This record gives sequence, structure tokens and C-alpha cells, in this order.
Amino acid sequence: MADNGYLPTVVVLSGGLSHERDVSLRSGRRVSQALRSRGYEVVESDVDTSLLSRLAELSGSVVFPVLHGEAGEDGSLREVFDLLGVPFVGSIGSACRVAFDKSIATTVIGAAGIRTPTQVALPYETFRELGAQVLVRALGDQLGFPMMVKPSRCGSALGCSKVTRPEELPAAMVGAYAYGSVAVIEEFIEGTEVTVAVVDRGRGPIALPAVEIRPESGVYDYTARYTAGATRFLCPAELDPDVANSCADAALRVHGALGLRDLSRTDLILTSDGEPVFLEVNVSPGMTETSAVPLAIETAGWSLGKMCADLVHAASARGGKTDPLRASIGAR
Amino acid sequence: MLERLRRQDTRLDDYIDRYAARAHGMTASAIRALFAVANRPEVVSLAGGMPNITDLPLDVVGDALNDLVLHDGRRAMQYGSGQGEPAIREAICEVMRLEDISAHPDDVMVTVGSQQGLDLLTRIFCNPGDVVLCEAPSYVGALGVFRSYQCEVVHVAMDDQGLNPEALTEAIEALRAAGRTVKFFYTIPSYHNPAGVTQPLDRRIELLRIAEQADLLVVEDNPYGLLGFDGDPIPPLRSLNDDHVIYLGSFSKTFAPGFRVGWVLAPHAVREKLVLAQEAATLCPPVFSQYAVTAYLMNHDWRGQIKIFREMYRERRDAMMAGLTSHMPAGTSWTKPEGGFFVWLSLPPGIDSHAMLPRAVTARVAYVPGTAFYADGLGSRHMRLSYCFPTPERIIEGTRRLGEVLEYEARMLEIFGTAVEPESGRLALGPREAPGPDQT
Ligand SMILES: Cc1ncc(COP(=O)(O)O)c(C=O)c1O
Repeated sequence: MADNGYLPTVVVLSGGLSHERDVSLRSGRRVSQALRSRGYEVVESDVDTSLLSRLAELSGSVVFPVLHGEAGEDGSLREVFDLLGVPFVGSIGSACRVAFDKSIATTVIGAAGIRTPTQVALPYETFRELGAQVLVRALGDQLGFPMMVKPSRCGSALGCSKVTRPEELPAAMVGAYAYGSVAVIEEFIEGTEVTVAVVDRGRGPIALPAVEIRPESGVYDYTARYTAGATRFLCPAELDPDVANSCADAALRVHGALGLRDLSRTDLILTSDGEPVFLEVNVSPGMTETSAVPLAIETAGWSLGKMCADLVHAASARGGKTDPLRASIGAR
Repeated sequence: MLERLRRQDTRLDDYIDRYAARAHGMTASAIRALFAVANRPEVVSLAGGMPNITDLPLDVVGDALNDLVLHDGRRAMQYGSGQGEPAIREAICEVMRLEDISAHPDDVMVTVGSQQGLDLLTRIFCNPGDVVLCEAPSYVGALGVFRSYQCEVVHVAMDDQGLNPEALTEAIEALRAAGRTVKFFYTIPSYHNPAGVTQPLDRRIELLRIAEQADLLVVEDNPYGLLGFDGDPIPPLRSLNDDHVIYLGSFSKTFAPGFRVGWVLAPHAVREKLVLAQEAATLCPPVFSQYAVTAYLMNHDWRGQIKIFREMYRERRDAMMAGLTSHMPAGTSWTKPEGGFFVWLSLPPGIDSHAMLPRAVTARVAYVPGTAFYADGLGSRHMRLSYCFPTPERIIEGTRRLGEVLEYEARMLEIFGTAVEPESGRLALGPREAPGPDQT
């Protein structure tokens, strides 16, 4: 709550034109509800041609982007908010741009000393130029099977497939390119799937308890993510304390290395010897009824409403313009 | 703070172990979620089948409803007959006469859209495991009903004149030889959803002969029969045979879908069972809606209105045909609908309509992948395009965007070879993958 008791209007942005529009709308409803429960005036808004005039009318408000995929997570919208001096919750544009692209983020995270899967990022043209057969064979030889194929810029496991045999690779590539022009092909890491949220409520980033993900079908795909009942979640994850600490530490380092702000969620695979391997980071993590972050918040003994309110408060106190020094850290 | 927290072990659905087997397929689908984007004005949606009611005279409907409430409100807002109100059943018979069906109001039962007619028919006829024969492809909403009653859908091939008689005969024989119980065959003879084809009269006669010979019930679904673009409507199966055919009708496409008024015309004994099933399901179909539809029919030139709708849809069909001719790559083919809302597009071999939908959405055009219209996972080489809702200009723009997407897919195919999995290998996810009724 703001110090003088004044609560800014919050514009919760959800929807957009990304492939994850539906997920975003659900996340947005939940965040809006949570904020209203804390007494905030909430305006739910889609991203469209009337957004900027709407924001102009609501001057003094704080934007809470709950957009998944493309414009919401690649930083472009946030750059606009920054330019206009509109305070918003979450990471700045330049940091998002790095975090949202799996291949770029993986490089940065690897350089920060966290283990990452061996991977290559290839636009489809490369296959045309070098010949798909030769390249597919080389990928198989170098990465081995099974391997993972993903669009480099997309969430909710859309377009991702696990490839166990060489014959499956071309279809997996086509599936990933349906979501974007660059695909990431990486070694498959066997292990326990955990995800760790990092939240900064104004006193520095802290890691929430890790959530362990056990999809009933064995694959944490779109259906397993958004069908209640299809996935078993354990929070805190069933881990030795030192392993749990190393997960928390990895997530905090990811948050720091990418210059993220307010909130992030890092997806990790824990190998059998307890080493966390970075898979991806989300600057706008899912907040749906079946999402991991709200569960972690609850386990930590907080409420989603309180956490969202704290983030709004921090954004409001920060004001509209990102200071250039922080921006440059994010852009590293 | 990480220690000493009470561990939550949850599947986020406390009821998960209580659902019936028939609820198990009710899961989230990425493909279906993509249709949320199709709602946005930036996207040309050739996906949804929403009737275009822009031309309905709202003042006329408004006056009729006003009068209805003022003069007959106490009856219109009361419970009514399980079979449906007598006045509307009479009016329904008059509507059916336009297509040469002669029926008595006693044999008509009003339903909550023809969708509920499908539901009640399946409820009274089908045990789990019974076979229902459907066209290949078939209406996604019917497949959903059959699935929810745990029927097995067996698809029967179509050609450009609708259901193929030899394929029907073969299917019946093969299933009976295997000891299977075939309960009925479900068909949309006119302006098929999604195939866009129409059975000519001789095909209808042939299909009825097969049904009679095999003593098989036919469920005829005819929501688009009055929306033909050329000439007189072809007689419905029910007008040619009244003891093997159960007929489903609807005001959704000739008036407005929001009232949710449809009907079943069935042989007497079947109708009696249906009414009992209707009473168990709803006590009675919505009385207010029935009164409203009746008032509309009495106060408005509804025949003239159907003509207006028909011309509006014809103009859109023409735009779709022109757009496809200009923008589809070689190797693509499509049906030429003589009425209704839909075109069925067949893609060049190796291109998968299901896999390419995300790219189409990025290109701001949407369609329904053919897989939605099959209970067995086939259909990925096809898609349904609907022309009922967007303006003619937008339809043409939509086909242009689709053409670009297909070109891109062709390039991918060139690079990766036949990347598409063999059709039979796909999981049967069909019916959930179509857009919901509220989505255009
Ligand atoms: C073939 C077919 N049958 C039935 C229906 C359901 O219509 P109603 O609105 O009457 O339930 C539709 C609607 O799209 C349809 O296309």
C-alpha cells in the first residue's frame, strides 16, 4: 500500500495478439482480481490501438503487464511505457529482449556460470542454405538423441517437441518454425523439472520455494499446463536443502545476470546429481489457476494480492522513467 | 525461509479423481486457444461459423419482444410444455413446408438449438461403444456429442456429391460382419458443414435405399437447407422418407442463434421418448425464446428476410471463390458451395493445416484445421474456411494472407521434405480443436 494511503489505478494489460493470448487473458483476470481484493481500482485492458489514449486518460496509473509471448515479453511495449514515462511493473524493455529469446538468454546465463544445455539456434534459411539432410544429420551426431526442439521466442511450451529419433526431427523443426523464424535445438537433459520464482517487493530479490512439476502424461506441454488435474505440483519441491538452495541461488543469479526487475520465473532441470540446469526464464510468468507462481506465493505464506500490491507500490514509487544506468545493465 | 514450509502436493483440481470417464477428454488445447487471437479485429477469421445477423431489423424484433412481454408476458415467462409450445410447432411445420416436408405439429419437438436435438437423440439411442456413422468430415458439434456419450464414430467417405453410397454400404457391412451395433447414420445433405457440398436428388434417393435395405436410421441435420444460392432447395431426406429419417431443424441460421431454438421431427414413438428425455434434461425448452421466435415469424416477412440473408451469403461465397482463385498456390483445391457457410480446402500433399495454424495466426488469418472434423485424427491435409461473417473485402484479404502462409509452408516442405507425420499416427484430438461457439 502506498505510504500515504493513496492507491494508484492499475491498468492490467492482458491479451494481445500473441499465440498465448488465451493464457494471458486468464492470468490477467487473476491478477486483476487479486489487486481488487487489496482495494485497488483496476482497469483491465487489451493491447490495441486505443491503449495509449487510454493510458493518457488514466495519467498517474501504474501498468501491470500480464502479457505472455511476443510484444508482452520481448520488451517492445515496455520500451514504449518507458518512453512515455508510464510506471509499470516488471523488467525493462532491454532486459526483456534478452531474456525472452531462449538462445540469447542461454548464452548470457551460461556466461554467468550456470549450467545450460548445449544448443544451437537456427533460422530456417540455414537449413535451406546448407541442405536440411546434412544439417539434420550433423545435429543428431553432435547433440545426440533425445533432443529438444523449441521456437526461440515463445512460451507455454508451444511448438516444443522432444525428438527421440532422427526421422522425427524434420517434423519437429516445422512445428517450431510455425511459431517463429528461429528454432533452438538442444540436448535433452534428463531430470526433475522445477521452477523458481524470484520476487522483489522493494527490499531486494528473493527466491520463492521451488515448485516441482510432475505432469501425469510425462510431458509438460500446453495441455498439461492448462488443464487442472493434468499435472502434479509439489511446493516446496522434494529436494535436499542444499539442492533447494542451489535452485534458489540459480534463479537469483539468472534474475541478476539479466538485469530483471520485480518478478521473474526460472525453469530448471535438476540432474540426478542435483545440479540445476537453466532452461528458460519468464519475465511475465503465468498467473493462471494452474500456474506455478501463484502456488509458490501461497506456499511462502503470502497472498497473490499482497504480492501484486507490493509490486504496484514499488513501480509507483519508482515513477515513469528508467534511469539510464539500470537500463544499460539490462542491455548487457 | 525455504525450510519449515508445509509442502503442498496438488494437482490443482480437488475433484480430479471423481470425474466420469466421459469427462476425461475435456482438456485444454493449444490449437483451440489460438482461436482466442482470431477474435481480434486485426485477424481475418475464416474460422468461426457464426451466422451473420447484421441485416436483421432490430427495430422489428424489438417491437415484437416488447409487445410479447406486455401482452403475453405471464405465459411467455412461465414453464411450458416439454414438447414445446403448440404455436411454434405449427409455425415450424410451415417453415418445413418450404422444403416440401409435410409434418404434423404433434411430431415436432422443440429443442435448445438443433445441438440439443443431437444430444437427446444420442441419449435415447446410443449405449457406450455403439457405432454412429458420420460423413468424413463431419460437423464438429455432432462429433462432440457422440464422444460425450462414448459412441464410436466411424467416418464414411464423401465425394463432391456428399456421402458416397458404396462407402456407406461397405461400412455397414464391415461393421455388422464384425458384430458391431450401428445405431444410426448422421448426415448433413445440404450445404455441408464443413465440406461445403450438397447431395443431389438422385444421391439422396440412393442413400435412402441403402438405409432402408440395411434397416438403418438416418439422422438428417439440415440447418442450412433454406440458404441455397441457386434455384429451389433440394428435397430433404425426410421429405422422401418418413419412417427411417429423423430430422433436425434450427432457427439459428434463418433467424438468429441466440434464442437457441431448434427442433426434431421424428416418428411418433421416437418423439415420445424424446419428450421424456427433454423433460429430464430441461423440464421444457425455453418458453420465452419460443414465444419470441413465434412473434418474429408472425410480425416480420421472415421469408423475405431469408432471401436477404441468402443474397448476403452468396456475395460472400463469391468473394471467397474469387479470393481462392487468385491466391491459392498450385496443388490446392476446394469445394464450391451452392449454399451455407463453408468451403473445404484440400492442401498440396505434405502440408499440415494443424501444424501451420500458429503461422497463419501470426499472418493474421484463421481457419479451422481439418482434424477438428474427424473423430479419428485424420484431416490434417484439409481446412474449413467459412465466409459467413467477414465482409467480402476482408474475405479476399484473408485468402491473400492464407496464400502467403501456404507459400511459406511449401518452402518448409521443400527444405525438410515430408515432415508431416503419417495421418494415421496422429492422436484423435479433433472436436476440442474447433473454435467455441462464441468465437468468430
Ligand atoms: C451442421 C450443424 N448442425 C447443428 C448446428 C447447431 O445449430 P443450433 O444453433 O441449432 O444448435 C450447426 C451449427 O453450426 C451446424 O452447422
